[in-house]
Amino acid sequence: MSILINKNTRVMTQGITGKTGQFHTKMGKEYANGRSCYVAGVNPKKPGESYEGIPIFATVKEAKQKTGANVSVIYVPPPFAASAIDEAVEADLDLVICITEGIPVRDMIRTKYKMQGKRTRLIGPNCPGLITPDEIKIGIMPGHIHKKGRIGVVSRSGTLTYEAVGQLMELGLGQSSCVGIGGDPVNGMKHIEVLKMFNDDPETDAVIMVGEIGGSDEENAARWVKANMKKPVVGFIAGVTAPPGKRMGHAGAIISGGKGTAQEKLAVMEECGIKTTKNPAEMGKLLKSVLK
Amino acid sequence: MKIHEYQAKEILRRYGVTTPRGIPCFSVDEAVKAARELGGKVWVVKAQIHAGGRGKGGGVKVAKSEAEVREWAGNILGMMLKTHQTGPEGQKVRRLLIEEGADIKKELYVGMVVDRGTQRVALMASSEGGMDIEEVASHAPEKIHTVFIDPGTGLKDAEADGLAAKIGVPAASIPQARAIFKGLYKAFDETDCSLAEINPLILTGDGKVVALDAKINFDDNAGFRHPEWQPLRDLDEEDPAEVEASKYDLNYIQLDGDIGCLVNGAGLAMATMDIIKLYGGAPANFLDVGGGATTEKVTEAFKIMLRIPHLKAILVNIFGGIMKCDVIAAGVVAAAKQVSLRVPLVVRLEGTNVDLGKKILADSGLPIISGSNMADAAQKVVAAAEGGSKAAKGKR
Repeated sequence: MSILINKNTRVMTQGITGKTGQFHTKMGKEYANGRSCYVAGVNPKKPGESYEGIPIFATVKEAKQKTGANVSVIYVPPPFAASAIDEAVEADLDLVICITEGIPVRDMIRTKYKMQGKRTRLIGPNCPGLITPDEIKIGIMPGHIHKKGRIGVVSRSGTLTYEAVGQLMELGLGQSSCVGIGGDPVNGMKHIEVLKMFNDDPETDAVIMVGEIGGSDEENAARWVKANMKKPVVGFIAGVTAPPGKRMGHAGAIISGGKGTAQEKLAVMEECGIKTTKNPAEMGKLLKSVLK
Repeated sequence: MKIHEYQAKEILRRYGVTTPRGIPCFSVDEAVKAARELGGKVWVVKAQIHAGGRGKGGGVKVAKSEAEVREWAGNILGMMLKTHQTGPEGQKVRRLLIEEGADIKKELYVGMVVDRGTQRVALMASSEGGMDIEEVASHAPEKIHTVFIDPGTGLKDAEADGLAAKIGVPAASIPQARAIFKGLYKAFDETDCSLAEINPLILTGDGKVVALDAKINFDDNAGFRHPEWQPLRDLDEEDPAEVEASKYDLNYIQLDGDIGCLVNGAGLAMATMDIIKLYGGAPANFLDVGGGATTEKVTEAFKIMLRIPHLKAILVNIFGGIMKCDVIAAGVVAAAKQVSLRVPLVVRLEGTNVDLGKKILADSGLPIISGSNMADAAQKVVAAAEGGSKAAKGKR
């Protein structure tokens, strides 16, 4: 078991003909069961063509009908990425993972509005994607640093997630699934929703939650954890030293009006029973300390 | 991206928001000429810098004669204006806005931001205008009224009217307030704002509703569809190091410390700053070189950090995913040779092709200190920076 994706997931790549889309589709195909998982690509201008043996279709709907793909990953450039999400939602896919960084907030507000009442889940945008080690990798994370195990990882950042995974591996701890929810202010699944899924996953024993400054998603997740979570959760928040009012790389990583500071988030998490560390080099150690 | 008050007002006027008449000026003579052109007996001389709190800092003055316009313009232009948002050294004033005076009866607040919780645009209004909304939020949160705007319908008349009534706009003036609120939303939406604020929005003696001040920030992600933003950018208002970094597509933010950081990924870059602080050091910058860093980018990043006069050490922290460690190592070596490194350099590499990367560093003959993991690297860079200060003290 795992969350969101496993070896039976069938993936299509939207933006399969671009340089990034091609590279990561190839890497995904070469990882674990990727050969059977990656079944389709979408490009309205190149139907009938193929890439690495993966057939390309004009629309998401057609790719789904012809191949049974239930998940899509998006590498479409920012001006067109929100419409690509819309198309995947319209085609009623289970899950859309949008890797694209730099989508205007206005576009995402409209896309989220259109998603109301739809069943499709969204991860990202501006995220590394997700991986269920030794089964399937959808996104831009390096596959080889992971191995199958029983720790869940959820994070707003890419490389900081790899750092957490690297530390777990040093301690011999594999992962059930690692989910990068992305660094944008208006996005799909939040920490809280991913934590709920880890809570229900019989093969996840504990979770590392990596957050950063901006917004209040970590606080909301922490309150939910206090009331509902049956498994230990540990956390780190990046940006204790970040100055207010500055966008720290990610569009959503900004302290505005004194809100969204790391200190505030850490305090709420601790109050809610989540063990936290201020040392990003000790995320793995902290997780190990709470395992029964 | 931030713009000046006079530019924000020009945009808002196009969307039907009433503002005082005004003219932007770059010299004292232009200011006097502007006052003449505007006519009347009272003018306001307003410093144009991107930071807020200009009035309290002495950057906004009322003039009751041409001579006073000349005097205030002369005093304000070129001054280092210090506000709670500028930092201790202040920001040099290079532009003025000369406006006709207004008859202020009451000051209100209206602002718009993207609300992350509801994932909608939030319109906030308050009867407490003229002060920071954060201040109102902390001492009288009940005086802030918010509407989350439905992206399908836009701001509805009833919502606008209700909000106007709640903040004390008299019934006769509500249609004007409605037009301003709706115009503000239309401007926010169509021009891809990340923040739009009118503070204060005033009621005048004769019942008019006027935007006395205005602030707009744009969503940088939408720049590709707004070529008209380019001339609005004022590089004098930005940190020179950040301007330089933006040319090379580097995510760079200048901080106060003395340890330079070069990292891939925004989250890891923040975490690197945090761990330096945790071990007793102070980061000089935030720098995310991104996933596609080239030798050129790394070299430019080094050059930018080395311009910091008090820089004492540099930490390179890379967790290679798509970014391969050998590529970044080659970039670091090339850069270090090109720029004549004058401070200790600590490098921590992990991830894809890490062994190859470490070999490139070791073979380079450069005095690079290797960090085995993030904690080790952070401790070493803090020690190197302290060693540097001790040596410098010893020389004196």
